[in-house]
Amino acid sequence: MSISPSLAASRQSRPASPLIPISRKNAGRLLIVFASLALSGVGLVQILFASGVTAAGFENWRPVLYAALAWAATLGAGQVMIRGERGQRALFLLPAVLFTALMVIFPTFFGLYIAFTDWNLSSFEGRQFNGLDNVRTLVDDPYYWNALGNMVFYVVAVLVQYAIAFILALLLNADIKARKFFRVAFLLPFMLSPVAVSWMIGKSLMEYRFGPLAKLARFLGWDSPAFFTTPWIARLSIMIMDSWVWIPFIMILLLAGLQAMSKEVSEAAKVDGATPWQSFWQITFPLMLPVSVTAVVLKIIFQLKLADIVINVTSGGPGGATDTVSSFIFREYRDRSNVGYGTMLAEFYLVIIIIFVVLLLKLVSRWMRKVT
Amino acid sequence: MTVSYATPLEQDRRKAGRPKLVSKRVLIYGALLLWAFIALFPIYWTVSTSFKTAVNVTQGHLVPWVDFEPDWKGWRSLGLSPDTIGQTSTVREEFLKRFENSLIASIGASMLAVAIGSLAAYGLCRFNYKFAIWRNKDISFFFLSQLILPPVVLAMPFLVLYKELALLDTSVGLILVYTLMVLPIVIWIMRDQFETIPIELEQAALVDGCSVWGAFARIVVPIALPGMAAAFILSVVLCWNEYFFAALLTSSNAKTLPVMVASQTGSQGISWWSMAALSTAAIAPLVFIGIFLERYIVKGLTAGAVK
Repeated sequence: MSISPSLAASRQSRPASPLIPISRKNAGRLLIVFASLALSGVGLVQILFASGVTAAGFENWRPVLYAALAWAATLGAGQVMIRGERGQRALFLLPAVLFTALMVIFPTFFGLYIAFTDWNLSSFEGRQFNGLDNVRTLVDDPYYWNALGNMVFYVVAVLVQYAIAFILALLLNADIKARKFFRVAFLLPFMLSPVAVSWMIGKSLMEYRFGPLAKLARFLGWDSPAFFTTPWIARLSIMIMDSWVWIPFIMILLLAGLQAMSKEVSEAAKVDGATPWQSFWQITFPLMLPVSVTAVVLKIIFQLKLADIVINVTSGGPGGATDTVSSFIFREYRDRSNVGYGTMLAEFYLVIIIIFVVLLLKLVSRWMRKVT
Repeated sequence: MTVSYATPLEQDRRKAGRPKLVSKRVLIYGALLLWAFIALFPIYWTVSTSFKTAVNVTQGHLVPWVDFEPDWKGWRSLGLSPDTIGQTSTVREEFLKRFENSLIASIGASMLAVAIGSLAAYGLCRFNYKFAIWRNKDISFFFLSQLILPPVVLAMPFLVLYKELALLDTSVGLILVYTLMVLPIVIWIMRDQFETIPIELEQAALVDGCSVWGAFARIVVPIALPGMAAAFILSVVLCWNEYFFAALLTSSNAKTLPVMVASQTGSQGISWWSMAALSTAAIAPLVFIGIFLERYIVKGLTAGAVK
């Protein structure tokens, strides 16, 4: 970000950029006003039609979407007309900002509204505002709290994944042959879709009767290798699959960090007679802390969304032992069509994870300052 | 696997403590091979199972031609085996349609995300914006914070919204959601890329009379192209694998491959060969991307993580 002032300065020192004529500015403003009016006009017509006040309207809301797109385009054009070069610069950012704002802000607020209704897609009555009923149900819902508890386990498991990934990164960073082969092989699981992995590992490798993993377990002395019937083993099995997919991600980040580290420091330590163990804990590990923190925090954020594997392998079973919040809400939508309550659960979860992630980032940055 | 444990050259490199060094190398390669096995075996298992018959599945035969005779059974059920490829097959048509949907959704979303994401990233790292109390830092944070948003929060409102917009079960609808999903990642990668481009190049272009957009299109984009490719490929992979939104927002028309795989998982029972064939076909493009475009994936993943 430190470079931006220099470019800004260079542009100001350029021979006076042509002043924008007042007429052009006004035309630009007029254009934006006109587009806004058109958008609100189309919107109003449709709102009145949808609420049954007027008879004329569109079949669906699609025209409003087109009007919004036209409005966004006009807004961009108007910016350039009114503000000239500064408008051109704003044009870089506008599409992404408008897109994200439209796609996120509206659904989030609309979701808040749904969350306070008793809307069930399978009932004929439509949605009714039901105040805090959903909150009360949520507080008394043991399965939801159970799913939240499972999330704690899944998040803590990230540390184990991190440890394994670190070992793998160190191995790949060692002086080895065929590094390219190993790197590609290690990375491949990350490319595969969790749904395919659910079948490949969860439903076939871990299959009770014929799965090779079950056979291996029997060979090793576990008589009834049922991977998904007892709560803790089921949770572990889910985590094994998740690790299989995600460890490469952490590993690649750590490997990049290791490769960026200067060799001199560790060589110097070797000359000074440090054992590999010492030089790892006193040099490599501390130097890798920033990368480690990035990798772990990113992985935790992804972990909070964990759902696909659970949905496809156990559907949360046995007895909700493997449920994540996402998979629980997914079933609430899917099997019970309970839109209102499901959305309340989701919004509540969003609040929790925002608080959690903010606290995590705060703690991590404070801790990093103390350590370094 | 061409791996030798300790070549003479390496042994010569350090004469002292040779036994210790050799055992260390054995340990390193042992660990590497073990993990390579862990990473590759499920893939091998899936591919080989698609050529097995029931007996070979239940008896756990592993090596083709040695302990089982490969059979096109799994691929026949998909209509993709040599003897059925010429005939009409409803399963194959279904599969190809899902494949095409996945392709359209993931490539469309990635293109859109790279286009608007690159523009935004460029703007954020070259100009100073001020939007009410929001500065560049806040705008960047706004984009990145979208990463935290779990799909479940958006799923229901989107379902309702799309119903009203007649976008339910369309590829356009999926493209929009997927763009939203990968946009923060694209912006993150591209900001890192643009920051490495020396600003003098653009300044020269500006002095020569280029407009801001001219300088961006003629100078910056060609240099940043590898970065864009990395962002694009990573986005394609993420969108290709997406299941949650696809399961909720599409049904018969725009359903993608993961949804098809998931719906088959329950219904197929023990006919592993056809599930294996389907899984193999679904992961094949990704395995190829992983092998041949690994460089870009790594580049995309590590952008911004290492400073």
